Amino acid sequence: MKVRILVSLKDSVLDPQGQTVKNALHTLGYDSIKDVRQGKVFEIELEGISEEDAERVVPEISDKVLANPIIEKFSWQILEKD
Amino acid sequence: MKFGVVIFPGSNCDYDTLYALKDVLQQKAIFLWHKEHNLKNVDCVILPGGFSYGDYLRSGSIAAFSPLMQEIKEFALKGGLVLGICNGFQVLLELELLPGAMLRNKNLKFLCQFVHLRVENETTPFTSRAKKGQVLRIPIAHYDGNFFSPPDTIQEIKTNNQIVLRYSDDQGQLSEDANVNGSLESIAGLINKAGNVMGMMPHPERASETLLGSEDGRIIFESMIKWKG
Repeated sequence: MKVRILVSLKDSVLDPQGQTVKNALHTLGYDSIKDVRQGKVFEIELEGISEEDAERVVPEISDKVLANPIIEKFSWQILEKD
Repeated sequence: MKFGVVIFPGSNCDYDTLYALKDVLQQKAIFLWHKEHNLKNVDCVILPGGFSYGDYLRSGSIAAFSPLMQEIKEFALKGGLVLGICNGFQVLLELELLPGAMLRNKNLKFLCQFVHLRVENETTPFTSRAKKGQVLRIPIAHYDGNFFSPPDTIQEIKTNNQIVLRYSDDQGQLSEDANVNGSLESIAGLINKAGNVMGMMPHPERASETLLGSEDGRIIFESMIKWKG
C-alpha cells in the first residue's frame, strides 16, 4: 500500500516562505495568485498491513514524527492499494 | 562540576563548548555519544549547537529520537540540569521538555551576528550570577530561531516567569528591530516550569573569552557552576 501525507503550517501560523513565493509570482505578473502556503509531501510504502491498521498507523506517525502538531497540520490519502 | 556535552551527527559546536568548559572555566567535561545509554554520572547535560542530522525533517527533530535522549529525559524529569544551545534548544522543543516550536527567521535569512540579550529572570540555575535587566552581548547563528507558541501556552510561559532571556538593544530596550528573528515575546532563552531545563538560541560558548569579542557568555556556565556549589 502506498500513502501520501501532506504536512503544512497551520492556518494560524505565518508562512514567510509561502509569502515570498507569492511575491515572486506577483513579480512575474501572475496577479490572480491570492495566497501561497508551502508544505512537505511524504510518500510512504506500507507492507503487510490492512487498510484498517493503516488508518491508525498513518495518523500516529504523522502526529509523532512527520509533523510538529504545535505549528503544523497534516492530511493523507491512499495512493495505491495492495 | 562535571558537564556532559552530547554529540549528534552534525553537531558542530561540541568542541567549542567542551573547550569553554574545560580550558576556559577549568571544569570537568566529557563528550556523550548520542547512541549510548549512559550519562556517565554528569551533573549537567549540554546539547550543543550545530545541525544534527542535517536539520532533516525539522531542526532537532531526528536528534530527539536518539537513544541517549531517553536517559536525558529521565535525568531532566528528576531535576538534572539540562542546557540546550541553538540546535540543542530546538531538540528540547521537539522532545517537549520545553513548550513551543521554532519557525524560520522572519526575514528568511540565516543570522550570524552578535545580539544583545536582556536577562528577564535571574533566579534560574543558568542566570544566578546575572542581575535582572542586565544586558549580555552573545552571538547567534541560526536559520530557525523564530520562537512560536499558541496563545494559551505563551500566557502560561509568562505567568510562570519562564522567559529567561529576551532579544534587546544594547540599552536593554525591546523593539521589533532588536528582535532579529521575529520570536514571539522576543524570547531568546526559555526555561521549563520546574526550572532545571533551559534552551537558548545564542551561543554562550562563543562568547567565553575576550579574544572572541565578548566573555558575556561565561555568566551562563558560571551560574550553573555556582548553583551546583
